[in-house]
Amino acid sequence: MTEKADIAVAKFLEHTDAEAASFFDACVRCGECAEACHFFLSTKDPHFTPTYKLEPMRRAYARDKAPFSGLKKAIGLAPKPVTEEELVEWGPLVYDSCNMCGRCTLVCPMGIDIAGTIRKMREGYAAAGLAPEGLERSVEFVKKTSSPMGVTLKALEAQIKHQEKECGIPIEIDKQGADYMAIFSSMEIMGYPEVLGAYAKLFKKAGVSWTISSVAYEATNVGVQIGDGPLAKEIVKRVVDAAEALEVKHVISPECGHAYGAIRWAGPNMMGRQFKFEVVHIIELLDKLRREGKIPPGKKDGRKITLHDPCQIIRRGGLLKEPRSLLDDSCDNFVEMKYAGLTNFCCGGGGGVSANPRAKDLQTKAFSRKMGQLDAIKDLEAIVVPCGNCRTVFEDGLDEYESDYEVLGLSELVAQTLAE
Amino acid sequence: MSALQFIEGPLFYFAAAVFLLGAFWRVFGIIKIGRKKDISPPKGSAVGGFIKGNLRHFVPRGLFARRTWLHVLGGYSFHLGLFVLFFFGAFHIKFIDQYLGLSWQALPRWGFLIAAEIAFAGLIVLWVRRISDPVMRLITHKSDHIGTWLTFLVMLTGCFALQQSHDMLKLVHMLFVDIWLIYFPFGRLMHAFTFFLSRGNSGATYGRKGINL
Repeated sequence: MTEKADIAVAKFLEHTDAEAASFFDACVRCGECAEACHFFLSTKDPHFTPTYKLEPMRRAYARDKAPFSGLKKAIGLAPKPVTEEELVEWGPLVYDSCNMCGRCTLVCPMGIDIAGTIRKMREGYAAAGLAPEGLERSVEFVKKTSSPMGVTLKALEAQIKHQEKECGIPIEIDKQGADYMAIFSSMEIMGYPEVLGAYAKLFKKAGVSWTISSVAYEATNVGVQIGDGPLAKEIVKRVVDAAEALEVKHVISPECGHAYGAIRWAGPNMMGRQFKFEVVHIIELLDKLRREGKIPPGKKDGRKITLHDPCQIIRRGGLLKEPRSLLDDSCDNFVEMKYAGLTNFCCGGGGGVSANPRAKDLQTKAFSRKMGQLDAIKDLEAIVVPCGNCRTVFEDGLDEYESDYEVLGLSELVAQTLAE
Repeated sequence: MSALQFIEGPLFYFAAAVFLLGAFWRVFGIIKIGRKKDISPPKGSAVGGFIKGNLRHFVPRGLFARRTWLHVLGGYSFHLGLFVLFFFGAFHIKFIDQYLGLSWQALPRWGFLIAAEIAFAGLIVLWVRRISDPVMRLITHKSDHIGTWLTFLVMLTGCFALQQSHDMLKLVHMLFVDIWLIYFPFGRLMHAFTFFLSRGNSGATYGRKGINL
């Protein structure tokens, strides 16, 4: 084995805990996971079968860590060592054709969490320097500016100023003791800054205090996407330190899938402790405020609107009912797409795929599944996409497929339809 | 000691011991790897999720079942057929009674034959799919073929031995049973014991997050 293969395999083994081992040992190679994967369905390439993507890590486990591996090695029945060439060959399967969306777990008769295991496998790739260049560039930006798109505080302040002017409500930075501290994805700050104005409008109406930290405004966790544990921890720590220094009661995770999973579910485990504040997703918070009557709905949007279910918020985040409840209050003509809810298709750009130029063509092909879902709804006018990353993927995908459905964020829609 | 006595006696005891100890060691070996305690504030019960995950994955989701119906049909036919054959075949009950002193009502012969036909049909469907479908061909390991063929031969020789017309037929069946038992803990057949860990682990993760699968 080469040095890179050694590093990757050592990380594979380190991250093969009892959970991953149970997955490797339970897989019956039935191939049903392929039928759930949008990359396989849109290309029919068997290499995109989810369980196949795990093969190098499974083999490392079978050779060096599995029960009876010593015995099998002694009698020459252990699998061959994983080579650097194989790891390079598998790179596109691990990074370009898996959004870690978890749809395959639902179809798997053994309930194998392939998405979570790919996340662990990426640790080996990142440590060995085998992650795609595009994602490595995001890492460099994060190290320099804390944002994968290089969004500086100056840029954020400019967007805040503009939104304050638009909505006529001041937005306070670094407000000590606020109820809520909001964090955003770079994509929201630069691409959809109206979300800042929407927060200002909604929280003013609800009578809750909120703020944005000048040192921890970025929610995107590129460490989770690329599989760099120490970096993922550093990004979470930045938010935790800022929130605890400002003594806020809650941190609001934005409309961004992986950011939510990173701070809400993985965050305390990375930090090795529970936080002194509660992490709440913006959709969860808006639904709660609405149920409490603090942000009553006004005139509904009359267009025919459907909802995309971002995987990390819905399927792997558990917020299934909240966006639907908000949409029922905000739209006259909300319709579900086929496969809506837990089994909805991913947009094709999650899990770092949209930040990986090498995967662009594949992402566009995978989006064809989503196009099929949208086009099946007669007279559809708009899609609510409560994830900044999915939203960009939708806009690119709709452009590629020459479609003109409008794409909306959920917070903006709730703010627009708020009672006067 | 005749060959049949050896195969039904010492070799069977050895095979049964390898099966029991090996299967236990493999499950224990997985569990003892351990996993870090999840300290994120839960929204639901991991234990409840573990149980629910195990039960939920018995039932295919409708929208997926439409795409994977052949596999679902083959899988259920084979496993249910085999279960009935093994636990309700008169000779198997007699065999278990001989070793464990436990017995229960056996299926009539026609019931046994129907169960055998269903199990054979399911196993053949699964294997034909394994060698013909491009996805299955890519992901199949040797262990999948070995497990399938050993099971097939155990079932086939069992049917030949059904008449009890010749000791040799019983000997061949018992020999394959012994080989099957010895191979079991080392290959894919172990999914019969590891499935509950796999389903349970994912179920527990979903359960903690309050996801209603």
